[in-house]
Amino acid sequence: MTPKKTAPSTAPLIGAEQISLLERLSNAVGVSGAEHEVRKIVMAEIKDLADDIKVDALGNVLATKHARQEPGLRVMLAAHMDEVGFMLVDGEEGLYEFAMVGGIDVRQLPGKTVLVGKDHLPGVIGAKPIHHTTPDERRNAISLDSLRIDVGNGNGKKVHPGDRATFATRFQQLGPSLVGKALDNRLGVATLIELLRHAPAHIELLAAFTVQEEVGLRGARVAGYALDPQLAFALDSTPAGDMPSWDGEESPRYNTRLDGGPAIYVADQGTLSDPRLIQHLLQTAEAFGIPCQIRQPGGGGTDAGAIHKQRAGIPVVSVSVPGRYAHTAALVARLDDWQHTLALMFHALDGLTPAILDLQR
Amino acid sequence: MAELKEFLKSLLSLPGLSGFEDPVRAVIAEAWKPLVDDLSVSRIGSLHGLKAGYGDEPRPRILLSAHMDAIGMIVTGIEDGLLRFTEIGGVDPRILPGQPVTVHGQRELPGYVVQPPGWLLPEDQASTKAVEMKYLFVDTGLRPAEVNELVRVGDLVSFAQIPIELTDDWLAGHSLDNRASVAAVTACLQELQHIRHIWDVWAVASVQEEETLGGAFTSPFEIRPDLAVAVDVTFARGPGSPSDYRTFPLGKGVALGWGPNIHPALYVAFKKLAEKLDMPFHDDLMPRMSGTDAMAIQVVAEGIPTMVLSMPIRYMHTPVEVVSMKDIARTGHLMAQFIAELSADYMQTLRWDDES
Amino acid sequence: MKPLIKKLVEAVGPSGYEGAVRELVKKEVTKLADDVRVDALGNLIVRKGKQRPGGLRIMLSAHMDEIGIIATHIDENGFVRFTTIGGVYPRTLFGGRVQFLNGAFGVISGERLESADRVHSFEKMYIDVGADSKANCPVKIGDLAIFERPMIDLGSRLVAKSMDDRIAVAVLIETLRKLESTPHEVYFVFSTQEEVGTRGATTAAYGIDPDLGIAVDVTGTGDTPKGMRMAVKLGAGPAVKVRDGGMLSDPRVVRWMSDTAEAAKIPYQLEILEAGSTDARAIQLTRAGVPVGCLSIPCRYIHSPSEMVDYSDVVNAVSLLTVLLSNPIQLK
Repeated sequence: MTPKKTAPSTAPLIGAEQISLLERLSNAVGVSGAEHEVRKIVMAEIKDLADDIKVDALGNVLATKHARQEPGLRVMLAAHMDEVGFMLVDGEEGLYEFAMVGGIDVRQLPGKTVLVGKDHLPGVIGAKPIHHTTPDERRNAISLDSLRIDVGNGNGKKVHPGDRATFATRFQQLGPSLVGKALDNRLGVATLIELLRHAPAHIELLAAFTVQEEVGLRGARVAGYALDPQLAFALDSTPAGDMPSWDGEESPRYNTRLDGGPAIYVADQGTLSDPRLIQHLLQTAEAFGIPCQIRQPGGGGTDAGAIHKQRAGIPVVSVSVPGRYAHTAALVARLDDWQHTLALMFHALDGLTPAILDLQR
Repeated sequence: MAELKEFLKSLLSLPGLSGFEDPVRAVIAEAWKPLVDDLSVSRIGSLHGLKAGYGDEPRPRILLSAHMDAIGMIVTGIEDGLLRFTEIGGVDPRILPGQPVTVHGQRELPGYVVQPPGWLLPEDQASTKAVEMKYLFVDTGLRPAEVNELVRVGDLVSFAQIPIELTDDWLAGHSLDNRASVAAVTACLQELQHIRHIWDVWAVASVQEEETLGGAFTSPFEIRPDLAVAVDVTFARGPGSPSDYRTFPLGKGVALGWGPNIHPALYVAFKKLAEKLDMPFHDDLMPRMSGTDAMAIQVVAEGIPTMVLSMPIRYMHTPVEVVSMKDIARTGHLMAQFIAELSADYMQTLRWDDES
Repeated sequence: MKPLIKKLVEAVGPSGYEGAVRELVKKEVTKLADDVRVDALGNLIVRKGKQRPGGLRIMLSAHMDEIGIIATHIDENGFVRFTTIGGVYPRTLFGGRVQFLNGAFGVISGERLESADRVHSFEKMYIDVGADSKANCPVKIGDLAIFERPMIDLGSRLVAKSMDDRIAVAVLIETLRKLESTPHEVYFVFSTQEEVGTRGATTAAYGIDPDLGIAVDVTGTGDTPKGMRMAVKLGAGPAVKVRDGGMLSDPRVVRWMSDTAEAAKIPYQLEILEAGSTDARAIQLTRAGVPVGCLSIPCRYIHSPSEMVDYSDVVNAVSLLTVLLSNPIQLK
């Protein structure tokens, strides 16, 4: 079989500059409801890339880049800025009880370092010394009730209940991989910034850097309403669960696979993607020889779940960069998958015309 | 204060279950009528009172939302003159046996929730285990023929507990959640009679909070306020409640919400105002959702900057909730003073942390 | 009406992929309607009448979609793993047959369990489509299927898959046919994606901006051996919903519907369903709020491949809706 002819890609490339931006985004703290550090980076990056930029009542950044050619199809691209994390809720003298913000497995917490408050005060989440535990205790997960964030005596004045905290992981590149906290969804944020930079002339590009995705797609809801697009894409990160199964058997569940390319959504908890947009993505990938994968239908969700229900309905699809160990201290993604995601989205936008809306859904 | 207490007591003596708020709305409307310039009812039953501001048109608008609906029960079936029922809103079946209720049939029928003897219950609930709601009845004392005549599936059952003044300051009764907040909004409107405020004030007694947040999703869509305050009750410290960040001492001040549902600059503004007024307050940390009308209001249409104010009450969702009148008065005062200070260009000054 | 019902319940239309049902309905309604359009989520919106003084803009909603499954994995031997679309119960699947949108068929079976009494979880089930390798499997990841089952006519009772909610689709079509004149602007909405969270009705209601909304859907019954405790039964008339797990009907709408039924001598029942919800929930919260109600067709074995309704309830539902829509409405 001869390989199919594919068109040469003219998609923007991910180089040192883009990786450095991702690094800054990953290291910034933006727990749901307190996304300001991330917003600040985004605002600085896009100030010359869009014609109109505003911050709305929830803190979403809504940026419009006008079409410079007909027909100016109104396309919304959404990427959430927020990350899962913690809020200090009680305590003093440097030792704090905390609550989770967004879905985190409590087993991920003991023995981790965290950043607390707006000054990024370092803190630790300790655990009882193994010497003082019984074999029975060690079989059970350590409960959230018994965990504290410790910022050290004397630092009690610098942080307060109500402050947010998140994992202290610093971004790094390990061979082909990108490793850091909050790459769900700073990968999407970085991708959206590049797409704004390279927006096709015939598209009215409506970029939404959203808040509060991890606590219920709340930013995307009002952003979708305000921007009122003809169709929308959510750019996100999705778990790659392609590690070996405990019993060595082939696992029918993996969600996505690393190195499989961008993950295209058909169905998740919140959305049944518009089949016309799925087809468009698949055809674009084939035309340019971009690897991609269908995310296994199932749970989870993206901003698309809120966007498609706004006003009289908005066709949506989601595209995610696969990443292992989402919602933990360190997510592992591949540079290649990110590059392919950017390329797929760039060409998909480039090839998008209003004719797609005339097809029967 | 005495007048406010009497008003609240009158509210606590009324039904007005989620989705069926008419009886309580009528009494609130009566109280608000002299305090506002216009009264209207939304398409699904929320009461809207507009107190016009003194600024130049178009004036910015603030919405104060207090839900007026209450939890209760609804008849699902009739067996031998006894009523089967299910809940409206979250009712703990363990508080029900022996509870005086009113059945809203063809006419109002007094009755009691009754628990059948153990030998008529499933084995696991026969002696010491809590009895599930589906095995309880309401007994009206009437014979089956008369019950069949007067009651049908879908009729409401409300708590009949009359309000009790425990002390001068502490009041007990059913549906203090959230009629206490309706009283606070009323107190605010009363204070505003003597204040030349610039903004339009929309007082809303919202419907269906306990079930669907129905009022909170719809009224802001119609009113399109620039700012909103959801007023609700929160947990007071007391017997059986945890003594952690989720509870507050009763009668010791208003709880100011902080978390994703709340615009951080509004929290700061209310906190500074409370300090200026020398009013006691607590930080009410809401790491995820607030469990109030604010969850809906904030995400209506293009989004609305929202604040949450709460009064601590004990024994929430029982017919003997306890509130402090002082906390109600404080909440009303704080809102009125906030409104008094709102300048015509306040929205331009509302900033995010990262904006200079 | 039975041939129409048969056509509708045997059509293939899982949530999000209602195209085949939409085409069927379109053929039935085009000649009867003043306007027919399809919105961004695939809702078929059919208008009859123009609002006259005293008339209302009314949205009726019956959902076209049905529950189903979606392929998540094809293993080396061509077996298909799947997850569900909408509320599917594991106990109703084993040994059943599915039909994929692309025409492929398969049977549902499962891994061998230690105990024969256990019900398979979805994770332990698979679909055998007759393939013996991944390469010759006619199904790909992301393909949808429904539970294939022809309708049976038991005389007064009808049994089929997707009575939920094609029976209501049939009721709306018949009502449109019977409705000679109306003072109202009536939108018959054949909605999408109800089974995954009333998504189609959400956007249809926003677009229509109605003064009044009525969902037509199925509801459970309490008339089977040692079954659920519920006052509704088959054959006693359509049910006027008072509440369900997600919605409180507007009491004014409940009064209007039940008073109308009584005046017209059409049998009806009052319904309280303790779980589940309908398109009415979505309509009620649209824009500044909409008074809503729901007319339910009593139905046994909901969300199984053999849902049973009583034909007289269906006929009475059409009669009641027709009377409701033919006259001016005063909600009180």
